[in-house]
Amino acid sequence: MQAYPRWKLWLILIVLVVSAMGTLPNLTTPPSWWPSVVSQPMNLGLDLKGGIHLVIDVNVEKAVEHSVEEDVDTIRRVLRENKIRYRKLDADGKTLIVQLKNDSDSAAAETLLKKEMPGYTTVAEAGRFTLTISETEAKEIKKFAVDQSIEVIRNRVDALGTTEPVIVKQGERRILVQIPGYEDSARAKGLIGRTALLEFKLVDEKGDLEKALSGKIPQGDIIVYGKAEDRGGKMLRQPYLLKKRTELSGAEVADARVSIDSQYNEYAVTLKFNNKGARKFDKLTNAHVGERFAIILEGVVQSAPVIRERIAGGTAQITGSFTSQDARDLAIVLRAGALPAPVKVVEERSIGPSLGQDSIEQGMNSIIYGCIAVLIFMVVYYRLFGLVANAALIFNMLLIAAAMSMIGSTLTLPGIAGIVLTIGMAVDANVLIFERIREEIRLGKTRLAAIDGGYDKALSTIVDANITTLIAAIVLFQFGSGPVKGFAVTLSVGILASMFTAIMVTRAIVAFSIEKKSSKELSI
Amino acid sequence: MQLINPELKVDFLGKRKLAMIFSGILLLLSLGLVAGKGLNFGIDFTGGTLVEVKFKEAPAIADVRKALTPAGYGQAIIQEFGAPEEILIRVQNQDSSDSSKISTDILDALGVGLGADNVEMRRVEFVGPQVGEELTQAGIFAVLFAMIAILIYVTFRFKLRFAIGADAALLHDITILVGVFALTGKEFSLPVVAAILTVIGYSLNDTIVVFDRIRENFDFNRKRKHPDDEVDVVNGSINQTLGRTLMTSLTTLLVVLSLFFFGGEVIHDFAFALIIGILVGTYSSIYIASPVMLSLEGRFETSDEEREKLEARP
Repeated sequence: MQAYPRWKLWLILIVLVVSAMGTLPNLTTPPSWWPSVVSQPMNLGLDLKGGIHLVIDVNVEKAVEHSVEEDVDTIRRVLRENKIRYRKLDADGKTLIVQLKNDSDSAAAETLLKKEMPGYTTVAEAGRFTLTISETEAKEIKKFAVDQSIEVIRNRVDALGTTEPVIVKQGERRILVQIPGYEDSARAKGLIGRTALLEFKLVDEKGDLEKALSGKIPQGDIIVYGKAEDRGGKMLRQPYLLKKRTELSGAEVADARVSIDSQYNEYAVTLKFNNKGARKFDKLTNAHVGERFAIILEGVVQSAPVIRERIAGGTAQITGSFTSQDARDLAIVLRAGALPAPVKVVEERSIGPSLGQDSIEQGMNSIIYGCIAVLIFMVVYYRLFGLVANAALIFNMLLIAAAMSMIGSTLTLPGIAGIVLTIGMAVDANVLIFERIREEIRLGKTRLAAIDGGYDKALSTIVDANITTLIAAIVLFQFGSGPVKGFAVTLSVGILASMFTAIMVTRAIVAFSIEKKSSKELSI
Repeated sequence: MQLINPELKVDFLGKRKLAMIFSGILLLLSLGLVAGKGLNFGIDFTGGTLVEVKFKEAPAIADVRKALTPAGYGQAIIQEFGAPEEILIRVQNQDSSDSSKISTDILDALGVGLGADNVEMRRVEFVGPQVGEELTQAGIFAVLFAMIAILIYVTFRFKLRFAIGADAALLHDITILVGVFALTGKEFSLPVVAAILTVIGYSLNDTIVVFDRIRENFDFNRKRKHPDDEVDVVNGSINQTLGRTLMTSLTTLLVVLSLFFFGGEVIHDFAFALIIGILVGTYSSIYIASPVMLSLEGRFETSDEEREKLEARP
């Protein structure tokens, strides 16, 4: 048997020491002088730690439509400034339609629209223009909507006061939200899912509500309903006839706090406008004393108080028979700002803390029992060589734990399953080698030649067999979601670690114990 | 200790017709079950809501249903999960309302009906209809992609007919595994797909070990003056690797059984799929992969030119 190369020994020794150091933080808090690279314990997945896992879909099409609607104002302003009169100006999904009053303005209007509305493709035909938002512009708006939603959601989740929430973009239009250690899924969904769109509109006091309800809505007005109220078994929704124009919005809110409404002794939310908002509010209340303004939250009129006097302080109060929790959450979302587009929860996987704890215990149990069973089996079957394989197996476990901690990957319940499976498959390499050695012995080779032959001949088989398993694991990682990915990670790490321990480490042990022993028979 | 007497020579390939018939029947049964009875798809694929709750005192299923009825979920699937205190509730997505709120409604209703202190949320899973479709697609893609990747690797390392034999064995294993899920009515969920992919890796691992030995013996055989018949060489190779095949299946089975019995309810079905997969995978690496590879003898490969090159090798 050839001498065992020195460098391999050193490599094994270094890996062993680093693995042991990398595993330690999982068992106990390491001393302060401990090197930082190996001082992180394994990240536990939400399925082990407990917490909320949500995937949010941002309705980006709505964001585009909304942006197109806003451009109606831009065109109106531009046309007015250039004294071009129009008969019709409307938004329809992704397009804007402009119908001029005089066909003679066509040429001027076309140049103007093309210059002022660069994000649109303009098609002109006999005094009528159709502006369609371009793909690049729409894409930009969508991307911006998702990015901004992430910001808003982060602000809202931060207000829950949990540690290390994860809020990241997933794919084109989705957002992954993970809140470890939090279990009130209803509240989390409520906070994240609402648009929190806040608008202040004037009530059209001169308009005829009855007529409007029958379909004759005055120009520039809309009907918005109040909250449904239960009166004598009947659900009633109070309609309001409002001016279409939004005087103030949530964007101008600088702060929102829970307060108690002195009049009814109810929970309320007090808003504080920013400078611009305060000025607007001042002007609005000054100009419309005696009229009502409606506070609309997410399309529902919360209240429509009468403006009794000019309000210069820049504060307003929202009431609406809130519970303390309602008021607190409303304050949170108003502070965090409105979402640029409606969002929807499309996937949830939330785990209560007790299930996470149970999973850890059960997972550890299956690792321990599985490991013991294999250890015993190997010793019974391969005797001394079985012990060698067992030493490699324990080294392997150490290596997996250290690698998982050091690369900062997350351990999930399926990940534990991956480790358990690795135990079974890790000894496979040794089984292959040992069976081969036995064969060589039967062929009449000397014990050293048999060992060499066994290792050499088994090598290509081990590599081939492990690479194919690795292929399956990589595919699993690519296509799998969440926890399944964790399984792929531990399986891959386990396979790589087992190739190192089963081939290199056992060989080193065998090389050393054989040289010292003089007996002729191999204990295999 | 020896599991297999090294002198043992089982004529595996002599019984390959019988094995083919046996496998054929199993495959037909599996396909029939999947087509006829269908799979019990989990919410990962159908979309829907799953709520697992733990009660302080084990409630009767009927009481749970009674508590859910006022909220409009009287038709939900309610079952015990591992222990009598633990209850699993499943509801389909609803077209009309926001389905992500169903879990909240259910938890509220349970709290009202059975006492808020008595109920503990263990797990909430909700998969929207769109996501369900995507996950189904991703699952199918994953299995196909893994098979193609393996076909390429095995062709590259061995030969095309070996690769086809390996993939035939995989297809065999997957079909029977899915068939068993149809038969038992166990939930077919995302982790089960993960288990299928693992079985692919495992079964292949087994097959490759046998193939590796066949290749070695083929090379050896070709250099002999009077080469043996391919069938005999393959049979010999299977016998030579039999000890290892059974040994590895045993150790893997040991740990997977440990997972099955101690791993908890959440990964129970996953472990179950692995157990079936290991059993079928061991069988197929002996009785399917090699016979299929053998039956393709002379196709796809070794032009005379190539053979001469091989023979010219020292």
